[in-house]
Amino acid sequence: MQKITKSQLVDKAVSLLADGTVSAVLGWSMGEFSYDVTPRIFTTEDDIRKSFVFNDFCGANLSKYLVSKTDGIEGKLLVFLKPCDTYSFNQLLTEHRFNRENVYAVGIPCSGMVDISRLKAVSGDGITKIHEEEENLLVTTIYEDNPITVPAKDVLLERCDNCKSKKHVAFDELLGDSGEVIESARFDQVAEIEAMTPDERFAFWQSQLSRCIRCNACRDVCPACTCEKCVFDNPLSGAENKSPANNFEEQMFHIIRAYHVAGRCTDCGECSRVCPEKIPLHLLNRKFIKDINEFYGEYQAGAEVGARAPLVDYTVDDPEPCDVLDRRDTDA
Amino acid sequence: MQINEHKPLIVAFCCNWCSYAGADLAGNNRLNYPADVKIIRVPCSCRVNPIFVLRAFQRGADGVIICGCHPGDCHYTSGNYYTRRRMTLLFSMLDYLGIERERTRVEWVSAAEGAKFADTMNEFVKKVTSLGENKKLEDLRCKR
Repeated sequence: MQKITKSQLVDKAVSLLADGTVSAVLGWSMGEFSYDVTPRIFTTEDDIRKSFVFNDFCGANLSKYLVSKTDGIEGKLLVFLKPCDTYSFNQLLTEHRFNRENVYAVGIPCSGMVDISRLKAVSGDGITKIHEEEENLLVTTIYEDNPITVPAKDVLLERCDNCKSKKHVAFDELLGDSGEVIESARFDQVAEIEAMTPDERFAFWQSQLSRCIRCNACRDVCPACTCEKCVFDNPLSGAENKSPANNFEEQMFHIIRAYHVAGRCTDCGECSRVCPEKIPLHLLNRKFIKDINEFYGEYQAGAEVGARAPLVDYTVDDPEPCDVLDRRDTDA
Repeated sequence: MQINEHKPLIVAFCCNWCSYAGADLAGNNRLNYPADVKIIRVPCSCRVNPIFVLRAFQRGADGVIICGCHPGDCHYTSGNYYTRRRMTLLFSMLDYLGIERERTRVEWVSAAEGAKFADTMNEFVKKVTSLGENKKLEDLRCKR
C-alpha cells in the first residue's frame, strides 16, 4: 500500500482552505512528544504549515469530533479519514449525529498505525526522536548513541494487526488509493476465550478488568458513544463515575459500556488504544460483533449509511437465548 | 433437615399481559412454586433494560428469569422479539465473562399457562439452588 506524506495532506488542506471549499480543517497536531499526537482544529494556512502533523502515530479517529465541531459551523469542515474511520463516519451519519453538508471528507490510505507502548517495549523509554524510513522506524533514545531500527509492522496497534478493511466507505475525495475489505483474524482471540472453561474465563476477565481505574477514556473516545446524557453520569444508575469499589462494579461498567455500543460498534479499536491500563476492551466489543454475525447474519456497522442495527431489528425466527448457549456447548 | 441450606433469591420479570397473568393463574389453580421467586411486573418483557438484570444481581439475586408472551403474541406486537435479541446477547456476554449461564433465563409463558409458569419456576429454582450462592456477580456491600 502506498504511503501518504504529511506534505500531501498539508497541500490539500491549504488549497481547500484557500479556495473556500472548507472553513476549517480537522487534523492532528503535535503534543509534547513526536509520538504524542492530538486531534485539533486548524483555521489558517500558517497554522497548518506550522502545526499540522501526520505520522505513524495518528491513530486517533477524527470522526467523533465532527459531532461537536460541526455544530453551528459556517461552511464546511475538512476531515481526514483513514479507512477504519470512515466506518465510524457512516455510523454517525446513520444516527444523524452531524450534518453531511457541513463536512468535506478526504479519505487517506493507511498502512497501520504504531502503538507507542509496543514500540517502547522494543526500544526502551527516553525516546527523543522517531524517524520514519520506509518500512522501518529509526528510534533515537537518550540511552543509545545510535538510532535503533524497529520494523513498523512489528509494533502496530492491535487493531491494525487485525485490520478489517482498507476500503474507504465514505469520502468526498480520495488521496491515494482505496483498498479492499480484508479477511482478518480479529475473532481468533475471542474464540480462544470462548473455548476456556467458565472459571478460566472468569479469572481471565477478573485479571483484566480489575486494572480498570474508571477514567472513562474508553467511553469518551468511542465514536459510537455520543449520547449527551450518559448512563455513567447518572448517580442513580449504580454505575456512576467513580472508581470501581469491587469486582462487581468493574464487570458492570464494562458490560454496560460494551452493550451500549453493541450492533453499532464498527470495531475501530479506539477504546483499547486509549486505555491507560491496556485492558483489551476490543475483546468485549468483538464478542458482541461475533455473536451478532453468528446469530443474526453478517453485519458490519458503518458499512453503509442507513443500515438498521441488529439490536433495533428482529426477525420472527431469531434463535432463542437458551438454544444459542446450548448450541455452543454441543459444537465445542 | 439442614438448617443452613442456602435459600436462593430469584428475580422474575414478568410481562403484564401474559406471564404475570400466567403467575396469577398458577395461584388460582393452587399450583405450588417456591416463595424464593420475587416477581416484578413490567409492561412488556422488552421493558427489561439489560441494566435491570445486572442491578438485580448486584442487589443479591442468585438468578434472574425474564418471562414474556410467546413470540408473535406480544401485546405490543413486537416487544418480545427485541427482548429475545437483547437477552441472547446479554446472556452470551455474561457467559463470556465466566458467569454461570444457568443463572439467567428467558421463558415464554402465556396467560393460559399457569402450569407452565409453576413448572418453570420450580425447575429454575432447583437449578439455581444447586449452583449455590451467586459469587461471581455479587456486590458484597449489598449483601443482606
